[in-house]
Amino acid sequence: MERAPGIPQPVEALPAVSLAERRERIQRVLRGDLAEDRRRRLRERLITGWLFLAAAISVLTTAGIIYTLSIETIHFFQRVSLVEFLTDTQWTPLFAEKHFGIAPLAVATLLVSSIAMLVALPLGLLAAIGLAEYLPPRLARLIKPILEILAGVPTVVYGYFALLFVTPLLQRFIPNLQVFNVLSAGLVMGIMILPLVASLSQDAMLAVPQSLREAAYALGATKLEVVWRVVVPASLSGIVASFILAVSRAVGETMIVVIAMGNTPRLSFNPLEQMQAMTAYIVQVSLGDTPHGTLEYQTIFAVGTTLFLITMGLNLLSFRFLRRFREIYQ
Amino acid sequence: MTGTQLRPAVDTEMEFQPRLSLRRKVGAVFGVLTVVAMAIGLLTLGALIVDVVRDGWSVLSWDFIRNFPSRRASAAGIRSALVGTIYMMVLTAVIAFPLGVSAAVYLEEFAPKNRLTSFIELNISNLAAVPSIVYGLLGLGIFVRTFALGRSLIAGALTLSLLILPIIIIAGREALRAVPPSIREAGYALGASRWQTVRMFVLPVAMPGILTGTILALSRAIGETAPLITIGALTYVAFTPGSLFDPFTVMPIQIYNWISRPQPAFHQLAAGGIIILLAVLLTFNAVAILLRARLQRQIRD
Repeated sequence: MERAPGIPQPVEALPAVSLAERRERIQRVLRGDLAEDRRRRLRERLITGWLFLAAAISVLTTAGIIYTLSIETIHFFQRVSLVEFLTDTQWTPLFAEKHFGIAPLAVATLLVSSIAMLVALPLGLLAAIGLAEYLPPRLARLIKPILEILAGVPTVVYGYFALLFVTPLLQRFIPNLQVFNVLSAGLVMGIMILPLVASLSQDAMLAVPQSLREAAYALGATKLEVVWRVVVPASLSGIVASFILAVSRAVGETMIVVIAMGNTPRLSFNPLEQMQAMTAYIVQVSLGDTPHGTLEYQTIFAVGTTLFLITMGLNLLSFRFLRRFREIYQ
Repeated sequence: MTGTQLRPAVDTEMEFQPRLSLRRKVGAVFGVLTVVAMAIGLLTLGALIVDVVRDGWSVLSWDFIRNFPSRRASAAGIRSALVGTIYMMVLTAVIAFPLGVSAAVYLEEFAPKNRLTSFIELNISNLAAVPSIVYGLLGLGIFVRTFALGRSLIAGALTLSLLILPIIIIAGREALRAVPPSIREAGYALGASRWQTVRMFVLPVAMPGILTGTILALSRAIGETAPLITIGALTYVAFTPGSLFDPFTVMPIQIYNWISRPQPAFHQLAAGGIIILLAVLLTFNAVAILLRARLQRQIRD
């Protein structure tokens, strides 16, 4: 091959390599076919495989939960009929005369969650509106993390607070309030969940485009009207998602109800009395030494399955709302 | 309706009353309500802290930290629980951090956009909202029984690791997403492979964010009580665990044990334990906030 004069010819440094070999080598480099390239690709594939496995552990976790819960639950329902589980009004697996109706535990959980929601939803939404729309952004950035400390306090601490501060306080106004009661547990749980609602709802409101607010102001709306008729409806699916997640959190909450609500499973709707929530029953049995394979051991998995199904249903519903919200604005 | 004698055109004009001052007043009242809502949250937090400190201040002493729990309230301490919590946190961090970061890197940097990936993502979001006590049942069924680890430190650490894994993954992905694409492009332009780009360019930038998320996840794990009770952690332990397979207790369980006794002297011990627990948590959060501040400065630069 002729070269133009004056251009350096570095290839002459490799005299032993023929032109064909040289061409092949260049092509292999371009194809990424050298030994070191192959090594690199192999390493890359191994690492990707490891990373995938790490991500797959989450799927294995869910599979493990479903497997563990269903095995013992199936054993449970071989001994106890589903009809009894759903319709009996007594839950006394730890007594001589055994009844296996989930109703007392389920009603207690429902009651305490409802009280918590009466606190957490309105206050959380108001706080979110305050943070997103009313407070100057600098102040909101200061207050939000302090509010979020509430969500980071261990639940056993809230249990202490409910039993030894809130209940004695309430007993001054409600003399027939029992030492263990649903009301205190619910109120404290509501305060605990408030930051979850506030934080997620605020995020939803901040995602509403500024132009919508400006359009409403241009039509002569006041701040409150902009908030209630524009911002809240526009972020409604995000707010609803946060509400549903809050319910899910309340249903699964354990230590507050264990400590402050009592451990007597009885079907009642009076929040001034003690009751046993589903999670509290699981803890009560776990604290005793219950041998594997007994009916008592299986009951906690049956209750756990009920809990898991309820919360997962709520979580998936919440994600559906959240996705709809994200599709609109992001 | 008023003014029947007026012509319709004028009538409609009369009908619209801006009532601006009333509307503004209602708005101001509402603004006050939002502040009240936030104040209720903050005041409760304040009341909680004051109550706990008032109840527990008197029991705080070196003896309280040095002593093992006892049937006599005056001699009881939190040593076995404190040591148990420290072991538990170290183990959980060692297990959960590499797994969580790997999963976050996979989902953010490597995963193809397909059904499997979106299934994994949905699954992680759901796991983050599964009640902690369900993880306790998982740990009881898998780690304590199937793997026959018993009611040991390692069974507890594995359970808590699974519990906080979704939190680390979600925080890690956010940190990775915040790394500007130009940094990745710089890596590729230098001929680095995908993994080399991630390891040498992306991860160092994202690391403060990932660490912040991990610390917050660990501070969640420190406070967890229910899953560890469910797997059978003991509530009365008068020794410190010597190996991974020993029984253990942790601070929240010890606190719960003291709360559940009727005598007020034990309630004071519980409050003292809570003060120490909250102090540890506060330290963790302070570190997380410092890291976050550093991260924000770094991105600005």
